[in-house]
Amino acid sequence: MADNLLEIDNLSVDFQLPNGTVSAVKDVSFSIQPGETLALVGESGSGKSVSSTAAMRLLPELARTSGAIRFKGEDLLSATPKRMRRIRGNAISMIFQEPMTSLNPLQRIGRQIAEVLEKHLGLNGRQARPKVIELLEQVGIPEPSRRIDSYPYELSGGQRQRVMIAMALACEPELLIADEPTTALDVTVQAQILALLKDLQARYGMAILFITHDLGIVRHFADRVCVMRHGELVESGTTGEVFGNPRHAYTRMLIDADPHGRKAPVDTTMPMLLEAKDLRVRFALKKRLFRASEYFEAVRGIDLSIRRGQTVGIVGESGSGKSTLGRALLRLLKSRGEIRFDGSDIAALDTGSMRPLRSRMQVVFQDPFGSLSPRMTVGEVISEGLRVHHPEFNRRQREAQVIEALEEVALDPAMRNRYPHEFSGGQRQRIAIARALVLKPEFLLLDEPTSALDRSVQVTVIDLLRNLQQKHDLTYLFISHDLSVVRALADTVLVMKEGQVVEQGTTEEIFAQPRERYTQELMRAAFVDDAA
Amino acid sequence: MTTDTTSYSGHKLPPGSPNPPAEPDPVAGESLGQDAWRRLKQNKAAMVSLILLVLISAVCVAGPYLLPWGLAEVDWNAFSVAPTLENGHFLGTDANGRDLLTRTLYGGRVSLSVALVATFVSLVIGVLYGAISGYVGGRVDNLMMRFVDIMYSLPFMFLVILLMVVFGRNIFLIYAAIGAVEWLDMARIVRGQTLALKQREFIEAAHALGVRDRKIVTRHLIPNAIGPVIIYVTLTVPKVILLESFLSFLGLGVQEPLTSWGVLISAGTDMMQSAPWLLLVPSLFLAVTLFCLNFLGDGLRDALDPKTR
Amino acid sequence: MLTYTLKRLLMAIPTLLIVITISFFLMRVAPGGPFDGERQLPPEIEANLKAAYHLDEPLPQQYLRYMGNLLQGDFGPSFKYKDFSVTELIAQGFPVSLEIGGLAILLALLIGLPLGIIAALRRNSGVDYTVMGTALAGIAVPNFVIAPILALVFGVLLAWLPAGGWNGGALPNLVLPVIALSIQQIAYIARMMRASMIEVLGSHYIRTARAKGLSERQVIWRHAIRPALLPVTSYLGPAIAGIITGSVVIEQIFGIPGIGRYFVQAALNRDYTLVMGTVVFYGALIVLMNLLVDLLYSALDPQIRYDD
Repeated sequence: MADNLLEIDNLSVDFQLPNGTVSAVKDVSFSIQPGETLALVGESGSGKSVSSTAAMRLLPELARTSGAIRFKGEDLLSATPKRMRRIRGNAISMIFQEPMTSLNPLQRIGRQIAEVLEKHLGLNGRQARPKVIELLEQVGIPEPSRRIDSYPYELSGGQRQRVMIAMALACEPELLIADEPTTALDVTVQAQILALLKDLQARYGMAILFITHDLGIVRHFADRVCVMRHGELVESGTTGEVFGNPRHAYTRMLIDADPHGRKAPVDTTMPMLLEAKDLRVRFALKKRLFRASEYFEAVRGIDLSIRRGQTVGIVGESGSGKSTLGRALLRLLKSRGEIRFDGSDIAALDTGSMRPLRSRMQVVFQDPFGSLSPRMTVGEVISEGLRVHHPEFNRRQREAQVIEALEEVALDPAMRNRYPHEFSGGQRQRIAIARALVLKPEFLLLDEPTSALDRSVQVTVIDLLRNLQQKHDLTYLFISHDLSVVRALADTVLVMKEGQVVEQGTTEEIFAQPRERYTQELMRAAFVDDAA
Repeated sequence: MTTDTTSYSGHKLPPGSPNPPAEPDPVAGESLGQDAWRRLKQNKAAMVSLILLVLISAVCVAGPYLLPWGLAEVDWNAFSVAPTLENGHFLGTDANGRDLLTRTLYGGRVSLSVALVATFVSLVIGVLYGAISGYVGGRVDNLMMRFVDIMYSLPFMFLVILLMVVFGRNIFLIYAAIGAVEWLDMARIVRGQTLALKQREFIEAAHALGVRDRKIVTRHLIPNAIGPVIIYVTLTVPKVILLESFLSFLGLGVQEPLTSWGVLISAGTDMMQSAPWLLLVPSLFLAVTLFCLNFLGDGLRDALDPKTR
Repeated sequence: MLTYTLKRLLMAIPTLLIVITISFFLMRVAPGGPFDGERQLPPEIEANLKAAYHLDEPLPQQYLRYMGNLLQGDFGPSFKYKDFSVTELIAQGFPVSLEIGGLAILLALLIGLPLGIIAALRRNSGVDYTVMGTALAGIAVPNFVIAPILALVFGVLLAWLPAGGWNGGALPNLVLPVIALSIQQIAYIARMMRASMIEVLGSHYIRTARAKGLSERQVIWRHAIRPALLPVTSYLGPAIAGIITGSVVIEQIFGIPGIGRYFVQAALNRDYTLVMGTVVFYGALIVLMNLLVDLLYSALDPQIRYDD
């Protein structure tokens, strides 16, 4: 295997923490050939990032590494620090997940790119400048000769990731390690960045080690795949083999974890539960002492109607106003326009008159870490709504209801005296669902309830939501940027952009024949066309 | 982020997969407060400081009852005596024949009471001001914070000194004046916390449950803002003690017959060549107290700061 | 930038007005007056004196008169130092205070910053513990304790340096006061620099810098120090205010003829005009220093644009 560019041989990484040793990577071996793309796939905590960071010898000091990492036959683990610095940013370079924070905020981007050229090619600042402009042009930064003097805060997330790529490509590396480079970006931006990487790979003939949790990307992007789990390599092979004929059960589960199935349609004679007409929400932008002088309209005149038992999906990228719309419908935000719940107008109700309705319309938020008060036990969290809406309950009755709700979301009721920080992300999301469910609501607003979860956990939460809907005849408004989840759950879909609905229709119609260009772009970028 | 491998419905994990993370005792939960206390107990420096502080406070409160000398009692046989075990003046006497240990302990009472009362004053003003500003928000917040900005740019120490000069050296005035200076930071911290918490989803969820505003403040806002407030209080106490000593040193603090560590240090400075113990003893008490308070503050910050979590 | 500076200077006017008004009326409502000396003056002489200083006028009129004079840069005459105007006293004292204070803040930065950086780079090592333990001690021992102890040890017992006095600002006379004044700030700055340096070293852009192949030295000098300086810079305002306050006791302990020493004496003597003059002068100084610190901050951080 002399032609391997990078060979990872029995790599193990242990972290020596104050309360014991944690092994993050266990006896992992794989290799990359020149010019190929290898995807390292796994969920959080699988050790995929640790392995690649180990190849650059950039792990924190408390990490102990054993095994061998050979780059063109040279063992990097035993290379001198000086030798490593010759390789980093030169023969092997790296881009990261966090485009917003990976650039030095106090330095012009041109300077930061030029630094690599100065370091490895010995250019001086004047010689480097035209080369930097050329690089910026290659990664698709508009007006590169002006942008070269920008500071990072003047660029969007996608542009910053392009700058990172320019920096990584400056010395034409033989290997690019891309650690979740598109995870923090909107899907359409993600598609552009992936296309750019493909294009640059063809031009420079470099190999890419692509680390990701997103199987959709892997399928389209990688030549070969390695699947990692709990620090171990469970399966590897060509992309075709792994997706076509996964041998390991975990790989199969990951592939299956793509939400599938469709929702059974709801009878069109069912009455409307929630309707909105010309709903508008605006935020004050510039605050003067006495009144706002400028406004930003986040929701611009939206009409929407949901029948009993239906699930309406709202999709859109960050900043499209989808979450704002959801909060306005529940009267958690001030809005203008009409909102009707179960036939009566609720838009003008004051807090007191709104309160009895609150038990009928509930919400589950995105962030499983932010949506539970860290100072209350799970039991207290769940029973809080009961105290408001059923003051007649005594302690034992409340307790019984809490236990029932926890069982309903498949959590052990014995855990009700524990605090939220003692639970995992998926478990917390179940607790949030139990908090809503205990009030026996008719309508549930689900605001990205699965976006912060690993794919395999996501699937279990989606199954739960589905079962609950059937069992209790619930009506959902499901907000998500994840098209495949929406497709699996929703009857009808609204596509939002810049505070407006650009397209709506049944799930079937929208996914089969998106009419608007924006919707088509979203679909293409999210690779939903070929999933299940 | 935590991985969730223990799935409850649907997908079973393949056999032979590594164990899920060990589950703690499922019934008894550990609150953040208990968790912080456990971590604080592991911090030796902080615990030693805490014990020393309790000791110093206990000695200052109980000591004067146990010692044979009164605060202003003159021992006509012992003027400016160095520390000794022989005549019962363990830490010596001052030029007026008064027992230094007794006076230092009485001084400690004053210094510590100023610390507690003035910190409490700043806490009450700061928490109320900051919480109102942050919770009401908008225009009110804007005006209230402008006012704090202006207060910040005043040369406050000089105004306090002026106040002491004008209204005489009265311990209640000291409480009020120092409290009035120190509430600004507290107000800012509480306001920041309130604003940040207001954005958190669990507050939104409480609104969605129909929980009343008053309950949201008492059940959600205050318990969650309390960590940073505790940290800041432990940092305020040494600042207040220092301020009181500073005023006393300038001759603007408490008046005879009362004394405080700052007064004693000031008196000791005048005598330091002939009777250095008069400077060193109260200085040592003051420094050890401040040292312990700072250590404890650091320890509390490490134990309570969510960033280390 | 220029408009921002002008705006800030304009905003300083209400602040200073508040300072002037508070201190003016505080002084006047206080019992006692500037002429309650050891010896009771004959009533007609006291009346004459009061008339000469316009103290017989109604308070509002005195206030307006004072403001009018102030606008012309006239702080009025001192009541106690009869041959001097307040302006003269401040003009004499300020260069002395400035020298001590300026050197102290310089020393605090020159020692505090490197100590903080070294402690952060050797985090949890013996060096770190020593530096941070000493820093905590520096915070715990107030300057009015350190000053007399320094004077006792180096001035009296060892007799290496003068224990007090100014001597026209000779170098040996400067050493002890400047050290006493700066120790607490050294400690604060070292602690703050360490904390912010540790935070910066854990940031993503430091990882990027290492991935570029830069040496540790280059990573630290080019990418870590400047961002780590930002929090310390915003602490400079309070630090300067702390040094100004500290100078009041330090000047008294070492017998240095700066304005800090005048202040307490003048307040105790009810020397209205001198107290007012000092407070107003300090107020203006602190406002000005805060502005300079903010401008320095904006020079370090390109994202801060004071344009609204």
